[in-house]
Amino acid sequence: MNRIELTRLPAIQLGLQSRYPQLAVFVLMLAGYIFAILAGLIGTPVGNQNFSIVFVWIAWWAVLILFAVPLLGRGWCAVCPIPLPGEWLQRGAVLNPPDKKSKWSNLRWPKALRNIWLQNLSFLLLALFSSLLLTTPNVTAVVLAGMLFSAIGLSLVFERRTFCRYLCPVGGFIGLYSQAAPIELRIKDKQICITCEGKPCYNGSANGYGCPWDVYPAGLTKNTYCGLCMECVRTCPHDNIAVNLRPFAMDLARPSAKLDEAFKAFVMLGSAMIYAAVLLGPWGRLKDAAYHVGTRAWLVYVLVFIAIIFIVMPAVFALCVSPFENLSSLKKRFAAASTSLIPLGLMFWVAFSLSFVLTNATYVLTSISDPLGLGWNLFGTANTTWQPLLTSVLAPAQTLALVGGLIWSARTAQDVSRRRSMSSIPVIAFCLATTLIMLWLLL
Amino acid sequence: MKRSELITRSIIVIVAATAVAVPVWVWSRTPLIHARIAENGGWSPDVARARVGEPLHLHLTSDDVTHGFAVGQTDVQSVDVFPGKITDITLVFDKPGTYTFYCTRWCGINHWRMRGTIEVSGAVSDPLTSVERPLYVTLGLNLDAPHDSPSIPGVRASAQRGRQLAADFPISQFTNPGFYRAHSPYQAWQILRANDSLSKNSDQQIWDMVAFIWQSSSTTAQITAGRQLYFQNCAACHGETGAANGVFADELAAAGKASAQMTNGAQNMAVQRPADFTDPQRMLGASPALLQGKILRGGMGTGMPSWGPIFSQEQVWDLIVYLYSFQFEYQW
Repeated sequence: MNRIELTRLPAIQLGLQSRYPQLAVFVLMLAGYIFAILAGLIGTPVGNQNFSIVFVWIAWWAVLILFAVPLLGRGWCAVCPIPLPGEWLQRGAVLNPPDKKSKWSNLRWPKALRNIWLQNLSFLLLALFSSLLLTTPNVTAVVLAGMLFSAIGLSLVFERRTFCRYLCPVGGFIGLYSQAAPIELRIKDKQICITCEGKPCYNGSANGYGCPWDVYPAGLTKNTYCGLCMECVRTCPHDNIAVNLRPFAMDLARPSAKLDEAFKAFVMLGSAMIYAAVLLGPWGRLKDAAYHVGTRAWLVYVLVFIAIIFIVMPAVFALCVSPFENLSSLKKRFAAASTSLIPLGLMFWVAFSLSFVLTNATYVLTSISDPLGLGWNLFGTANTTWQPLLTSVLAPAQTLALVGGLIWSARTAQDVSRRRSMSSIPVIAFCLATTLIMLWLLL
Repeated sequence: MKRSELITRSIIVIVAATAVAVPVWVWSRTPLIHARIAENGGWSPDVARARVGEPLHLHLTSDDVTHGFAVGQTDVQSVDVFPGKITDITLVFDKPGTYTFYCTRWCGINHWRMRGTIEVSGAVSDPLTSVERPLYVTLGLNLDAPHDSPSIPGVRASAQRGRQLAADFPISQFTNPGFYRAHSPYQAWQILRANDSLSKNSDQQIWDMVAFIWQSSSTTAQITAGRQLYFQNCAACHGETGAANGVFADELAAAGKASAQMTNGAQNMAVQRPADFTDPQRMLGASPALLQGKILRGGMGTGMPSWGPIFSQEQVWDLIVYLYSFQFEYQW
């Protein structure tokens, strides 16, 4: 199947089975996360000089969208510090499971909410405030703190990583695009799982906790909901869990049948286009409307934003997919065909991110030396002059990403159409149209 | 609890606490003066304290746009204060008193409201020094009374043309500071017009002589200094050409009372358009003493700020010299 099992390498196997390497990264990330919150609250309110803005929305975002998601899928989730404090309280331990039972409720998440609709909404909520969020340190601090405390609160009421699985606005899209990544966690032999007693990978054992992402590894067919936390690597008594290197986008060969995932694709695709227009476009009134939260212009912006993502784009796509089918059939075809939008959406975000990351990257140097804007010069780079990087290759790189995304999506659409006995041409036409719009917005 | 669990928990707590404590501690020990546009609070804090002869180190930062920092009635060079950056400045005062610091960059329509004070205490180095009363106070001028000139020249009065006429008419009585500062150009014109020896000269020629008198009462150094002060502090509203068309003029008018009352609560201020220095009726009817009063005191009911705490007497006279250049063609 063209897979290379990375966990065959002893160093990797050892590194994943031990808690300490991952925990060390967790702790460093938590310190950085807390510092980002503090910097947003007490540091300079000037966004491009504040650690919270520069390191969250430029440095971290660049690493996430240009490297981690395309290459490692949910690799970020494996080291994200947000669940750490809540999980400590929930489990009563930071290392192996304690002997005594947890004193918290550990309720099951309501069945009606076991989908990613809430993640769609949480991402949308942030997106609607994005102009303010991306430029205002204290708003970023409040959002970061809100996510941390939400995760803690939910950990005390519900079992496992409820926030990560069902609410995290970032985790939602990472999960969607992780299907395209060349990394996966899968079982090696299904028969071993069938006969395994107690299913410690899901229920936990003395060696580790049951899957924090509420996933039964034997049932994994795609990356979407596996957070790469590696608990199952530690708990599996049969060494039956593998981390594999694989060709890109293997999960997309199995089209989604769920509307929440389909709409996630539209949320991400539409947001990338609207962000490109608002943040990179030349329209001052649009920028003002997006920035001045609470004004009438902003409310109009919100309505247009929601309408484009939840009505206009899905409606056009539905017409492309199957205009004359009954509703049930349309829903299935719509969800399946939307899988084709995943590579395109990922490449839209890559292209969009290249613009502002390369434009603002030098702020990382100034901010790392003076993260709070207090006049420090810790590494001698506080007075680095701002200048955009790689301007000559930006437009070609963006074009390459967008055209590459279009080709990738077209091939995915052809695969999906073969499996679902439908024509790929309307879907490809939809992808082409959105790509042309994105090219116009970016170039 | 296992030892490894205890150690790990301790490390997490220590690292997290360090991430909180260190920046908060450093931040609390770094006193900054924050500059924000006046609508968002201006200088914060807006009061600093110092002692005579002891250096006062200030760390300035801007929370929004580029501002400037200067201290009125001192020779301290103004410095720029950039967003998110720290500007350090050290001040030493040789006299006690209350000094005004202010923004020197046109940061917004209420730019001129960006002011704070430095209270300097300590021994009076020169107890015999007394504050000179401004001329407009000595003369008892009503700064708010209309002062339009009933007569104006047909074309802009020229000092060069006036110089030729003055060759046959002694003007020394008009060029001493006592006369020049206390009389408006129109008053000088009236006196000259009434003189029999000038009865054959046209009104325009008399205005040219007035232009020459005004030039003779000034120096090139004054007009250079006045021009610099004007462009730094006045042109934002009054315009580079003096025609009341500065970049903030329209915005001030549009903002109206909302802008004027921002820092004055219930005071019923009415923002007017800035004075037009190219208007001959207004300018030729105003004496240097009257202009001094308007500059020192401010508009009182208009958007014109008080410059008394900021400009020295000498700077005010320099500025006035430059203001008349909008009416007269000078040539040295």
